[in-house]
Amino acid sequence: MKLGSAQRKDTRRRLSRVLFYVVLAVIAIYLVFPFYWAIRSAIVPDAVQFATPVVYWPENPSLENFRQVLATGQFRRALLNSAIVAGTVTLLSLAVGAMGAYALGRFRFRGSTPVRYIILSMTMFPSISVLGGLYTLITQFGLYNKLGALVYSYLIFTLPFTVWVLMTFFRQLPRDLEEAAYVDGASPFQTFWRIMLPLSAPGLVTTGLLAFIAAWNEFLYALSFTQTPDKRTITLAIFYFSPQTGGGFEIPWGQMMAATVIVTLPLIVLTLIFQRRIIAGLTAGAVKG
Amino acid sequence: MSRPAIAEPRRAALPLRRWRTMTLAERQAWLAWLFLLPALLVVIAVAMIPLAQTLYFSFTDKRLGALEPEQWVGLENYRFLLSDSLWWTAVKVTVQFTVITVALEFLLGLLIALVVNSRFPGRGPMRAAMLVPWAIPTVLSAQMWKWMYNDIFGVINDLLKRVGLIEQNIAWLARPDTSLIAVASIDIWKTTPFVALLLLAGLQVIPDELYEAATVDGANRIRQFFTITLPLLRPAIVVALIFRTLDALRVFDVFYVLFGARPDMQTMAVYAQNYIVAFSDVGYGSAISVAIFLVIAIFVVAYVTTLKVEVQT
Repeated sequence: MKLGSAQRKDTRRRLSRVLFYVVLAVIAIYLVFPFYWAIRSAIVPDAVQFATPVVYWPENPSLENFRQVLATGQFRRALLNSAIVAGTVTLLSLAVGAMGAYALGRFRFRGSTPVRYIILSMTMFPSISVLGGLYTLITQFGLYNKLGALVYSYLIFTLPFTVWVLMTFFRQLPRDLEEAAYVDGASPFQTFWRIMLPLSAPGLVTTGLLAFIAAWNEFLYALSFTQTPDKRTITLAIFYFSPQTGGGFEIPWGQMMAATVIVTLPLIVLTLIFQRRIIAGLTAGAVKG
Repeated sequence: MSRPAIAEPRRAALPLRRWRTMTLAERQAWLAWLFLLPALLVVIAVAMIPLAQTLYFSFTDKRLGALEPEQWVGLENYRFLLSDSLWWTAVKVTVQFTVITVALEFLLGLLIALVVNSRFPGRGPMRAAMLVPWAIPTVLSAQMWKWMYNDIFGVINDLLKRVGLIEQNIAWLARPDTSLIAVASIDIWKTTPFVALLLLAGLQVIPDELYEAATVDGANRIRQFFTITLPLLRPAIVVALIFRTLDALRVFDVFYVLFGARPDMQTMAVYAQNYIVAFSDVGYGSAISVAIFLVIAIFVVAYVTTLKVEVQT
């Protein structure tokens, strides 16, 4: 009698263990399959790409699609444009944002609370809600169809976010270091530049990476403020791979997937390297329930 | 720090030679504003001015490239918006999309977070893999899925046929009755892992002793979930829900890649962008932008009042 119930308990435990791994496997497949499919589509020739029934495991993969994509000037131009825009935006946000975050995180002064509220509300600001004003400003100042327009407009989402996350980093640093620097006769700027900034390097790396990814992935402003192919960022270049009316042979899906893989791989590598810091950065600050 | 000393740190431009006679608190205030200045200037230039302009244009008939200056039309744009059936279609599509994705992302995310929170071999790589869909540009993941949804050569039709769920290929992205499901599935794929990570962070701070004590008291796993896990996870749940709702309401990229400006599948953001950029109708487009802002504000207020959120600054 006793043995029977113990056995039943044992099978139940084993069964729930199996169920657990089944759920795990389903989740893993759901997450990974689209990537597998992008890679599969990138390494098969068109003859296999557009064959029915669908070929799941390609027999003889080729890098022809990658070669063709990298050979087009427009794609390389777009990679360069994205790197220029995202890099500039990141550096500007870090420089300006670190100073602002230092002021908000380390100084007590009147008016700091309203400023913090303004910054916080801006981190949740929908990009679309300023599009009319931005678009008019950009055309007025002759920035339309220039990469400068993107640098300018991307600051709207990178800067508040940078200030907010760095502020929480600065707050965690011990006070004595700053005071020791003052006692040793360092000016406030020296203290900031020589002591506080190096100490917050991990925070700078995280926020910089997040700002870079946000700028690299942006689409709405890039679509609205540029016109000619030579000013396209990478998201635009990949968007224009397919005409709206498409469906069928005229879209070079293999090349597009190759381009997608090329653009995605560095992001995946960066994300995997910095995963812990990214998670910390994403959950820092924000709203507390 | 005596009180009068910090009374008016911003009193007009203090001459710099008075620096040495200032109290520490006065100096601090000056320095703080000096450090803040560049950030404030940028915020004014990239956010405040465009926002004020957008608000102003929404009361005018501003057109880009028009020869005459814009005319003040009062509430005309907003009056038109109220009777604009395409706008209401956009609101409906956006809200439907938001409800479907936020609900499913939350439930699936919670499931994934609970699974990943238990100890098993390969947990580290699993957690890392969860960040990957989030890091990919939405435009790219939309294109990846657009290809998978292809009506003739798409893998999704092929898989469903093999399993026997469908007999004929379905043009998922063209049919009105499947378009929303298709686009929601992409957002769910991309964002559920992110929601799971937010919830996982919340799960990890719940002390094990609570569960041990509950087990001793004879509470089963389901009871433990509802009396310990869910209440203690509330802060993380609130953050995840608010983030996701705000993001879903302003969704643009995935819809634009899949449907362009197709009238029955426009979101509010697509509708506004189309007016401002494609039609150069900045006045009406700005009114739509302001309306989007109001819709989002309604959701935020609803959340804040029902979930009693405290904003931490």
